[in-house]
Amino acid sequence: MAGRASAPGAAKGLALPQVPKILVYVVGFIPAIWLFYAGIMDRLGADPMRYLEQALGLWALRFLVATLAITPLRQLFNINLLRYRRAIGLLSFYYAALHLITYLVLDQGLDMAAIVADIVKRPYITIGMATFVVLVPLAVTSNNAAIRRMGGQTWARLHRLVYVAAVGAVLHYILVVKSWPPEPLVYAAIVAVLLGYRLVRSLVKKPSRRRTA
Amino acid sequence: MLIRRPSDIPPSEITPREVYFTRRQWMAGAAGLALSAALPRGLEAAPLPAAKSPFSTDEKPTSREDVTSYNNFYEFGTGKEDPAARAKSLKTSPWTVKVDGLVNKPAEFAIEDLIKSSALEERIYRMRCVEGWSMVIPWVGFPLADLIKRVEPLGSAKYVAFETAYRPEEMPGTDSLFPVLEWPYVEGLRLDEAMHPLTILAVGLYGETLPNQNGAPIRLVVPWKYGFKGIKSIVRISFVEKQPATSWNKQAPNEYGFYANVNPNVDHPRWSQATERRIGEGGLFVKRRPTLMFNGYADQVASLYTGMDLRKFY
Repeated sequence: MAGRASAPGAAKGLALPQVPKILVYVVGFIPAIWLFYAGIMDRLGADPMRYLEQALGLWALRFLVATLAITPLRQLFNINLLRYRRAIGLLSFYYAALHLITYLVLDQGLDMAAIVADIVKRPYITIGMATFVVLVPLAVTSNNAAIRRMGGQTWARLHRLVYVAAVGAVLHYILVVKSWPPEPLVYAAIVAVLLGYRLVRSLVKKPSRRRTA
Repeated sequence: MLIRRPSDIPPSEITPREVYFTRRQWMAGAAGLALSAALPRGLEAAPLPAAKSPFSTDEKPTSREDVTSYNNFYEFGTGKEDPAARAKSLKTSPWTVKVDGLVNKPAEFAIEDLIKSSALEERIYRMRCVEGWSMVIPWVGFPLADLIKRVEPLGSAKYVAFETAYRPEEMPGTDSLFPVLEWPYVEGLRLDEAMHPLTILAVGLYGETLPNQNGAPIRLVVPWKYGFKGIKSIVRISFVEKQPATSWNKQAPNEYGFYANVNPNVDHPRWSQATERRIGEGGLFVKRRPTLMFNGYADQVASLYTGMDLRKFY
């Protein structure tokens, strides 16, 4: 995917200063480090476990939304951040993994019976787990070797699973809250716009060649 | 550094204010929010002398800081920290509670008179939120039954309906784009539940008048029911013949029933009610504890529900 940054049209995009990708990871992990440190120091409020759990999940969703924004940003505004997409996508996966670990270890205390019951009986847990499972093959194939091995077409098709993950993540969020507070609805709206944009574009440009966004 | 303090200093004064503030700022930072100013704590609390009660639990009360900084009061926002941050805008004086409906002596009580004319007790109760967390709270209040006797309900009165103040200009959570609940917040009890000696109207906690975020100046506490039954900032109590509408039941009838008794065997449709996290216990490494039938008050209240299918009347 890094190679596609030089696709025609993208080249004359905004001249953004290029920063090393490692910086994306470093900055991306700041919230996690902050949260764990503040948690250990008992600075996450009255219910620190719940705070940590929710914040990690929210960051996973934010990075997921960010990866989905990269294509529209390039196509509509000529802002090319493609070279950072892999890092952002992986950050989403890492945060999802931390969120899951927090749920398994800190929230449920590795009580396997309770965890299995949760997964089977509670739609938001079922959806959350499924969303994580969907992210795993995407994370595993987020490297150049995998793209070479699979071929760009197949790889791109697999990575369209990110749309499924985004829908799953937003549903998971909506189902975990009482009533209809604004935050999950805002994320749902953003994801709807980002996916709707792709749908509309694919319908408008019916005979699209090669371009798989 | 040791600073001598007079011995009659109220417990609320012991935790320095800066601690509250830095904690909130930390949290705001972690949430990626920008809080422009420090968050004031609301009106000054006044001491409220109260007698001890045999109904109190001997469990360790949750810290005053946690009780007053982490709760739900959707009129001020859906976040757990919103009430503490935003409820100071609620004007609790003057305040009257209108008691009407099927009673011989309908009345409108000024809150000061109601407090003065009631025998206040400290009731240290467990509080179990429907979301799966719990606290132990030292309320100050008086039995709802005392008030009920004063207004003399008619024989036809079967239920008691409660209503929270609805003041959009003082309650920033009530004018959101998608209302989270229908306002005003309403709750209800069966008359026998309302008359039960465990049921109190609380006017204080930790020996002082209620902070706004906890439902000042007067709120309901029914310790064997989920926390949302404990309607806050009450302006009206009506005696009625038919089961009154209740806010969360209206919002999601399949998830929140009229009774809302704490019951580890009847799950919320979306999450388990079998266990709970006790706030202030263990921090990040909090261990879940089993939730008790009727929140541990089964001996006192189970008889109210004999013969009822608690799966149906959740």
